Amino acid sequence: MSVPLNVLFWIVVIPGTVVLGLIASWIVRKVSALVQWRVGPPLFQPFYDVVKLMGKEILVPQEAQKAVFMAAPLVGMAGVLLLSIMLWRIAFVPAKPFVGDVIVAIYLMVLPSLALILGSSASASPHAAIGTSREMKLVMSYELPLVLAFIVVIIKTGGTLSLAEIAQHTTVFSISNMLAFLAALLCVQAKLGFVPFDIAEAETEVASGALMEYSGALLAVWKLAHAIMLVALPLFLVIVFLGGFAAGLAGLLAGIGKYVLVLVLLILIKNTNPRVRIDQAMKFFWVYCGIALAAAIILATIGNYCVIGWL
Amino acid sequence: MSWKTWSLKKSPWVFHVNTGACNNCDIEIVNLLTPKFDVERFGIKLVGSPRHADALLVTGGVTAQAAPRLREVYRQTSKPCVVFCIGACACDKGIFTTGYHMVGPVDKIIREIDPNAIIAYVPGCPPKPEAMISGIVKVLSVL
Repeated sequence: MSVPLNVLFWIVVIPGTVVLGLIASWIVRKVSALVQWRVGPPLFQPFYDVVKLMGKEILVPQEAQKAVFMAAPLVGMAGVLLLSIMLWRIAFVPAKPFVGDVIVAIYLMVLPSLALILGSSASASPHAAIGTSREMKLVMSYELPLVLAFIVVIIKTGGTLSLAEIAQHTTVFSISNMLAFLAALLCVQAKLGFVPFDIAEAETEVASGALMEYSGALLAVWKLAHAIMLVALPLFLVIVFLGGFAAGLAGLLAGIGKYVLVLVLLILIKNTNPRVRIDQAMKFFWVYCGIALAAAIILATIGNYCVIGWL
Repeated sequence: MSWKTWSLKKSPWVFHVNTGACNNCDIEIVNLLTPKFDVERFGIKLVGSPRHADALLVTGGVTAQAAPRLREVYRQTSKPCVVFCIGACACDKGIFTTGYHMVGPVDKIIREIDPNAIIAYVPGCPPKPEAMISGIVKVLSVL
């Protein structure tokens, strides 16, 4: 990549990610509305929401740990922004990767959840405490299958730990990779806090749970972080499981198509399922996803050893 | 018009407060949020916490038990915010006007702690969802 193009990339990438995130959260609301036979919000609705929240008063609870409470949304947003910059770089500039960036990406993906746990437990609210405990259990449940799903891909691609190299392989057309993709899709559903797994933010039970005490600009930062997660996490799935972005215009369009496909799958799962309890979610991720992924790992190892591509 | 008012008009998030209503107005508010009326077209969304809210939909004539709670909810709502008195009871205590346990109406309780509060009235027993939409539109157009 030439120098001016490189500079342009670094200037555009952060605002571009935020704008894409706002568009993605509009797509979520619009498709949900269409599923429910409604018209839905206008295109600029997420933008209006964020601008409005920026102008509102910030209330900090009297007994809250103020520093942690105020810093948590910024930490979460920084983590997810760093993740998306890493993914854009891998998607469009696959040169100069570093070894082990899969592991860095996994850690960066946990950061928003950890920040949410810290921030809401610092807010000294009983509802937020319930939300925090649920979020903690949810993180523990979905991290294991997510990492197992990545291990399947790493086995299939011959033990490479670099995202850029993984993106070169299109390994989706094999049984083990299908299983791993489905499990990772459900883990991403839980990471985004979408409906079957929106246990931590259950509006009808614990009144927005973990986000309850946040108001004004701090809530706006949470909303932005969530919007960027809507870009970063499906993009991560596309890069790891679906072959990422190929070179050229056709490859770019195919990549965007894959991203929209993953996003719409997530939205349809969101709109056709009721919320589960936290114990059901844990059982689902550890027992059912765990068994499926153990089978996938065995299949992938056998396929690798005997050189059978479709296993 | 400042950007704060402009964006507030574009996305008013509502929080529902019951201060001793007979549940009839509450059912009509829930009716307002169904796909039939689809208020998300105007950015209106029901939120679970008063800290996220821009508008409080208050129903009921404020009983002695509910008055401190209403004051607390109003204090915890991040400003600027609008208070909607939904139904005859919230506007003027309705048929409970001589009740021994009624300390309302809503505007009196709110004005005790914030004399400059923006308060809108949607009368009716219960008001139709169309009446509520009309009330919200009128308030947003004079803000």
